[in-house]
Formats: sequence, structure tokens, C-alpha cells
Amino acid sequence: MTAFTHHFMYDFRTGLREKSLLMLNYLFPLGFYILMGLLMTGLNPTFAPTMIPTMILVAMMANALLGLPNPVVESREAGIFRSFKINGVPVLSIVTIPVLSSFVHIILISIIITATAGPLFGGGIPTNWGWFVIILILSAFTFASLGMLIGVVSPNSRAIVLLSQVIFLPSMLLGGLMIPTSMLPPALYRVAMILPTTYSMNAWKGLAFGMETAFDARWSVLILFSSAVIAFALAIYLFSWDSKNKQHGRNPLLALVILIPYILGAIFLVG
Amino acid sequence: MQDEVILVKEFRKVYGDSPAVDGISFEVQRGEIFGLLGPNGAGKTTTLESLEGLRQPTSGSLSILGIDPTRQSNRLQNLIGVQLQSSGLPGYMTSKEAMEFFCAYHKVTTRPDLLIRLGLGEKLNSQFSTLSTGLQRRLSLALAVAHEPPVVLLDEPTAGLDVGSRVELHQVMRELQAKGTTIILATHDMAEAEKMADRVAILLNGKIVALGTPTQLTATGSGLVKISVSSDTACLVNSAELFPEVEKQLLKDDYMIYYSRDAGATVPALLDYLKAQDDRLVDLRVERPSLEDRFLEITQPDHSNRG
Repeated sequence: MTAFTHHFMYDFRTGLREKSLLMLNYLFPLGFYILMGLLMTGLNPTFAPTMIPTMILVAMMANALLGLPNPVVESREAGIFRSFKINGVPVLSIVTIPVLSSFVHIILISIIITATAGPLFGGGIPTNWGWFVIILILSAFTFASLGMLIGVVSPNSRAIVLLSQVIFLPSMLLGGLMIPTSMLPPALYRVAMILPTTYSMNAWKGLAFGMETAFDARWSVLILFSSAVIAFALAIYLFSWDSKNKQHGRNPLLALVILIPYILGAIFLVG
Repeated sequence: MQDEVILVKEFRKVYGDSPAVDGISFEVQRGEIFGLLGPNGAGKTTTLESLEGLRQPTSGSLSILGIDPTRQSNRLQNLIGVQLQSSGLPGYMTSKEAMEFFCAYHKVTTRPDLLIRLGLGEKLNSQFSTLSTGLQRRLSLALAVAHEPPVVLLDEPTAGLDVGSRVELHQVMRELQAKGTTIILATHDMAEAEKMADRVAILLNGKIVALGTPTQLTATGSGLVKISVSSDTACLVNSAELFPEVEKQLLKDDYMIYYSRDAGATVPALLDYLKAQDDRLVDLRVERPSLEDRFLEITQPDHSNRG
């Protein structure tokens, strides 16, 4: 096995071994999925057709925004990255492997949700499986890269909670998961347009489920793709080995560059 | 055998306005165990971390086997083994995984034999966070030497270890030295430095204030021999002025302790005095100055003067 494989296997196993990660990667999303399946399908008839992408996005956010960043900060604080540097572990591996491992956990839980939502809760089934998979992969990379970027720029665990919740909570409320974005008042709709879930839901609805969308779903694919690439590149660029050694530290405010595709979307795609 | 493996020239590292290391120079020969001693904040860890390529010198130069750790740290990775002061390992990583992980990055075959040799044979599948401090240190040492680097940098390797673990780690260091490995040992433990190091540098406020073999360093101190005497009565109290070679006297744990310039003259005089006072000698110990005594003389002159 190569060093990369060893590293990946360790990181993936940690996602199952560590109780808080197991909770965020699997137990919380699955529990929430079952609860929503039992409650919402009866209360809100518009929920079932988009249940699969909604629940997958909740799982993605729990995994990538709430679970992924903390080990990054802890490793930096505990000198683990310094030890990695001395032993030749490259930045590319340190940034890529948690993103990949998060991606695999997301795919696994997405398979569970996709396979069971229809038979258990009458969830809508994609009409175009190709686009469904493409958007799943794209969204998973987008959220995992965002999670890594949060971990890289957060000086401590409190900052992670703050930054993660700045995306997580508005996404749950305004990002098209619980209420279709088309039903939001104009001001909140603009806020929704700077949230990645809005674009994931738009892309899935338009391209994988054959539903009507507020704007061309292909723009959503482009915005998700740009955002994944920018977040990943920023995570590598802003990565620091050591919380004590600031001499090569780059300005974490550069991470705000990640907002560019979403702001462009909010400006040009709102009719 | 006298080739220089590590060269430090006028190395200076400044944080903000204050220098952590202030223009130190030393060299370490192949196969040598070189001790870096000093109180907290003296600059030991900064020096080690700069040699490891983790910090950039403000001025001066550092090299290991002719490689600049700051500019060519990639070339250094297989040539040095490092045991950091902090754990440096993820808590959920098992001993076996850690060995596989680091060996894979160093592109060498995994070394379970080292784990067994260092007493981790039954803890191969134990996660790092569940290991005792001693076992964590042993694992860190195993990982530092698994790729058989010619240079090993150890930062407080035996801190918090029990006697058995310390002896075991010292034995491993001796074995490495016998194979020609060059070792820098940063430690607070004077006895360890005196026992293990061929030469030591004492750092104080970022400067080297003493450099040499432990024997040379102790010889260049005040040279006072410590004579501890215990007797049945209190006749030795305030007796220092009776013995011309004695510079200091203090009472500690029923022992009257004299610091003498000439033990050969003081000991017979003491015995004669006890006999004259009809006192009975219970215990008598004569100790040459240790590295710790010399260290205290240098780093805490006030403490040393108080005896």
C-alpha cells in the first residue's frame, strides 16, 4: 500500500471510530432522515418528491461542515501537522485525504438514503440517474472542500462552530431543504442564493428529477463546480502546519473569495 | 570519525522584539550524543525546531549533513528522526497504524520488531490516546528511528517516564550511537545528560553559556566537593570556620553539608574534630560536583551561592 492509501484508510476508519464523527457522519443524518420520513411526508406533501436530495444534503452538511473541520484544528493545535511535516507528509495529502474520506462517507450514507427513501417513505425517485450521480459527487466535493477550508482558517474550535453554523443553519432554513426557495420573500431569496444548498437543490430538481426550477439548473452545476475548486485551492493555499508559528501565515480573510461564485449567482440569476 | 554532521553558526531567532536564541554556534560530530541543556525558555526547543525545518532562523545558518533545513527540508525527511516534545500523533491512531503510516511516508518497510523491542508488542492495536505517557514516548521514539536516520533529534524523550522506561530508552540511544547515529538530546534532566551525552551545551536566555564534555564542565565550576556528615550530637553546627578549606556549610535532613576546596584536608579534620568532641560518626559521604551543581551555578548563581 502507498503512503496515500495508508493515510486515507486511517482517516476513513477514524470517521467510524471516533464517536462524535460517527454521530455526525451516520447516526445524526440517519436519525434525522427517519424522523423526517415519518413526520414530514404526512405533514407536507411537497416534501416527498425531493426527500432524497434534501436528506442527502443534511447528511453532507453534518459530515462536512460539523464533522470535518474539528480534527483539522485539533491536529494543528496538538502538533500533529508539525510531526507530519517532519516525516514528509505533503500538504496535498493532508488537505485531500479528509476531503476524500468525507466524500466516501457521504456517498455511503447517500446510497442508504437513496435506496430506502422510496420503499420506506414514498420519496421521489430521480428521473435522470446520470445527473443525480454527477450532482451528488459535485455537491459532496463542494461541501467537503468547504468543511476543509473552515478547518484550515479557524484558529480554534469555537471559530469552527461559528463558521459552520453560519452556513448550516441558514441552509437548513432558507437553502431549499425545508421550504422551496421560490416561496421565500425576495430579500431572503437573495440570502438563499449565497448558500450552496440552494444550487444543489436547484441542480437536482432541474436535471435529475425533471422539475421546474427558478433558473437554469446548469448554472447551478457550474457554480457548485467553481465553488468546489476554489474552496479546495484556498484550503491548500491557506493551510498552516503550526498554530504557534505564524511567520508564513496567510490572511484567512482570503477565504472570503469562496463567496464569489455565489454572489455572482445572487446578482445574475435572480430574475 | 571527526566529521561534522550538524553545524550551527551564529544562529539567531527572534520572536517579536525578544530573541529566543541569540547567536549560538556549535557543531555535532558523527556518532556523538550532544546534550542541549537549559531552563524553560532558554531556546532549546527553538533550536531543535529550526534544525527540523519547522522554523526559519532570523539570521545565521544551520545545516544537517550539509543540508539547510529551512530551504531543503524535503531532502532532510529521510535523514532525520524526530521525537517532538508534544505527542505529534492523532489520538485515534493505533501503534501499528502509526508505524505503517510513518514507514509508508518514509518509503521503508514497517518495523513491528521495534515496537516489540520497546515494549509495545501487546499494544499494537491500542489507540495512541489510550497509551500511558511512558508507552507514548516509547512509540514516538520507535517512529523517530524506524527509518534508521543518521541523525536523531530528541526533545525531552524521558520526561514523565518511570525508571525502567528511562533505562530502556537510554539503552536504545546507546544502541543507535553504536551504529553511528548522531543524536541531539534536549533535556532538563542533568543526570540523564551527564550519563548519556558526550558533550553538552548549556543555554541560558538564548545564549550558550557553557559547552564541553560533562567532565570538562564540572571541572570548570567552583570545584567545591560536597561532604555530607551525620553524627550523634549537634557539635558540627556552625563549625565551618574550624575547617579552612570549607567555603559553605548547610544543614539538610540531619546531615551537615560542607562544600570544600580540598576534601583530602577537610575529611581528616572533620573526623579529628568529631573524635575530640566525643561524638560518633553515623555517615560520611564525599561527592564530586555534578553536572547539576554546575548547571545551577551557571543558571541560578544566587541559588548556588546559598548552597
